[in-house]
Amino acid sequence: MQFEGTVHKYGRDVDTDVIIPARYLNTSDAAELASHCMEDIDPEFVRRVRSGDIIVADENFGCGSSREHAPLAIKTAGVACVVAASFARIFYRNAINSGLPIVVCPQAAYEAQSGDRLRVDVAGGRVENVTRGAVYEAVALPLFMQELIARGGLLPYVKSRLDEEAARG
Amino acid sequence: MGSTIIEKILARAGERAAVKPGEIVEAKVDLALANDITAPIGIAEFEKAGFERVFDPAKVVLVPDHFTPNKDIKAAAQSKILRDFARRHGLEHYWEVGRVGIEHVLLPEQGLVSPGDVIVGADSHTCTYGALAAFSTGVGSTDFAAAMAWGRIWLRVPESIKFVYHGRLGRHVVGKDLILHTIGLIGVDGALYQAMEFTGEAVETMGMDGRLTMCNMAIEAGGKCGVVGYDETTKEYLSGRAKRPGTVFASDADAEYARVVEVDADAVPPTVSKPHLPSNTAPATELAGVEIDQVLLGSCTNGRLEDLHQAAMVLRGRTVHPRVRLVVLPGSQQVCLEAIADGTMKTLIEAGAAFSTPTCGACLGGHMGVLAAGERAVATTNRNFVGRMGHVESEVYLANPYVAAASAVAGHIATPEMIGVGE
Repeated sequence: MQFEGTVHKYGRDVDTDVIIPARYLNTSDAAELASHCMEDIDPEFVRRVRSGDIIVADENFGCGSSREHAPLAIKTAGVACVVAASFARIFYRNAINSGLPIVVCPQAAYEAQSGDRLRVDVAGGRVENVTRGAVYEAVALPLFMQELIARGGLLPYVKSRLDEEAARG
Repeated sequence: MGSTIIEKILARAGERAAVKPGEIVEAKVDLALANDITAPIGIAEFEKAGFERVFDPAKVVLVPDHFTPNKDIKAAAQSKILRDFARRHGLEHYWEVGRVGIEHVLLPEQGLVSPGDVIVGADSHTCTYGALAAFSTGVGSTDFAAAMAWGRIWLRVPESIKFVYHGRLGRHVVGKDLILHTIGLIGVDGALYQAMEFTGEAVETMGMDGRLTMCNMAIEAGGKCGVVGYDETTKEYLSGRAKRPGTVFASDADAEYARVVEVDADAVPPTVSKPHLPSNTAPATELAGVEIDQVLLGSCTNGRLEDLHQAAMVLRGRTVHPRVRLVVLPGSQQVCLEAIADGTMKTLIEAGAAFSTPTCGACLGGHMGVLAAGERAVATTNRNFVGRMGHVESEVYLANPYVAAASAVAGHIATPEMIGVGE
C-alpha cells in the first residue's frame, strides 16, 4: 500500500465530533457522511479535498466517540490515508477494520504542513515529505493486524475462522 | 510478579493461564452491545459478510437510546434496523421506547453486568461497567459485528495505571470531580491504550453510582477501560440484581503497573472542565463569572438516581434562573419511577426543570436541548468538544450534579455554597 498525496494538516486531539458531527449520524450512508467530513474543524475541507489526499495530525487523532462513521467519512471523502503522531484507540481499531490506512509517525506529523506532498508506504513503514525532502520511519503495524488486513479485514478473517471450525466439525 | 485485575479477567476470557501487557488475546465475550447509531453499520457488515446467526441471543444486546424517541424520519429508519434484527435473531435483551434507558445506566441496573465479565460495546462509554469489577471497552461497529458472529474479540492486553485516591471527598465533591480532576492531571490521552484502575479510600467509600461515573469517563483520558475492585459495595449492588454470578478477580499486591498516580482526594474541589476538552479543568469557584443559557442534568455519566438526588438537594425550594433552561435526561425508566416515588422529580419540576424521557439527547447534540450559536451550557455529561451539544460556536462546561443545579439557579457557574446551600 503506497500513496502520494497532498497534506491537510491538523493539530492534536482531533475528535470524532469534529470529524463527523453527531447531528449527521441519523444515517449510515457513506456518501452523505463524507459530505460533512471535518465540517466542524475545517468547513472548507470537503470542497478542497481531492481523491488521494492525506490527512496529517498530531497526537490523539480520532479521540472521543466510537462512531465508525468517522473513518468511513474520511475514506469516502477520498482521503488515501491518515498519518498522525498517535491515534485514539477506538479510531485506530475502526480504521483498520473499515479499511482506512493509517500510519503512526510522530516526526512526519509534526513537520508536515498543509499543501506538502507526502509519499506514504504503509506496509513498509515509511513516510517521505517530498516538498521538504525528508524521510521518516513509521511505527510498523503489529503482525496480528497485518494478518487481519491480509485476510481482507476483520469480518472476512472471522468468517474464514468460523468456516474452518465448521468444516472440522 | 503478580497480575492486575484486568490481566486476570483477560487471561480467563482468552483461556490462558496468565497474560502480560502487549499480548493479543481472543477473548470470549459475555456481552456485545450497540445502539441506534452504531448498530446499523454493524448489522449491515454482519449481513454483508454472510453471517446468519448471532453467537448467543442472550449475549447480544441492542439499545435504541441515542436519537429515540425517534427524532426524525432518518432516525426512525435506523431504530427500525435494530428492531427488525432483534426480532429476527430472537435477541433476549432489546427494549422499546417506554422501557429502554441510556445503555450504560440500563445494563448494570438490569443486572446484565457481572464481575469478571468481558463486555464490548459499540459506544465509547462502554467502559462504564468496570465499576462492577468487569473488563468493558468501547469498540466500533465492525468489531461489534465480529463479536456478534464469533462470540470473541481480539484485544491487546493493556498496561494498567493505578490511581490511588487518598482521603475522603469534601462537601459537594463526588466521583465526577475525581475523574475530571484526574483527566486534567494526565490529559485526554494520558491513559491511551491503558487500563485505569481506581483505588484508595475515596473510591472505597464511594457508592456505586459515583464509581460508574468515574469508569464512564476513562475514555476521556484515552483509556481502554476503567475498573474498580470488587468489595462490599459491589456485592450489595449486585445482590438480587445480577442475572449471572460472575467471577471475582482482584489485583495482586505485586502486580505491575505502567505507573502509579497518587491523588489527595480530600483536596479536590468541585471541578469543571472548560471548553473544549475534558482535560481543561478548573475549580468551579474560579468560574463564577461565566454566564450560562442551559443546564443539562443526566446522561450515561450522571443520570442515575444519586445524581438526581444531588441536584434536587440544591434545587429544593429554589427556582431555575429566568434566563436558564434546565433539561433533565434521566438514565432509565427505573430511575424515573424512583424519582417519582421519592419526590425528586417533583422537586426538579417545581424548580423549573424540563424532565425528559431517557435518551442520550442533547449530550451529543442530537435532540432535546441542542444549543444555538453563542450559547453556553453546564452539563453533567462527558464531552465538551467543539460543537458537541449543538452549534460549532456553542460551549459546554462539564460539572457534577451539585454544581450543575447551583449554576441553573445562579444563571452562572456556581457551587451550592455560592447560592447559600447549607449555610
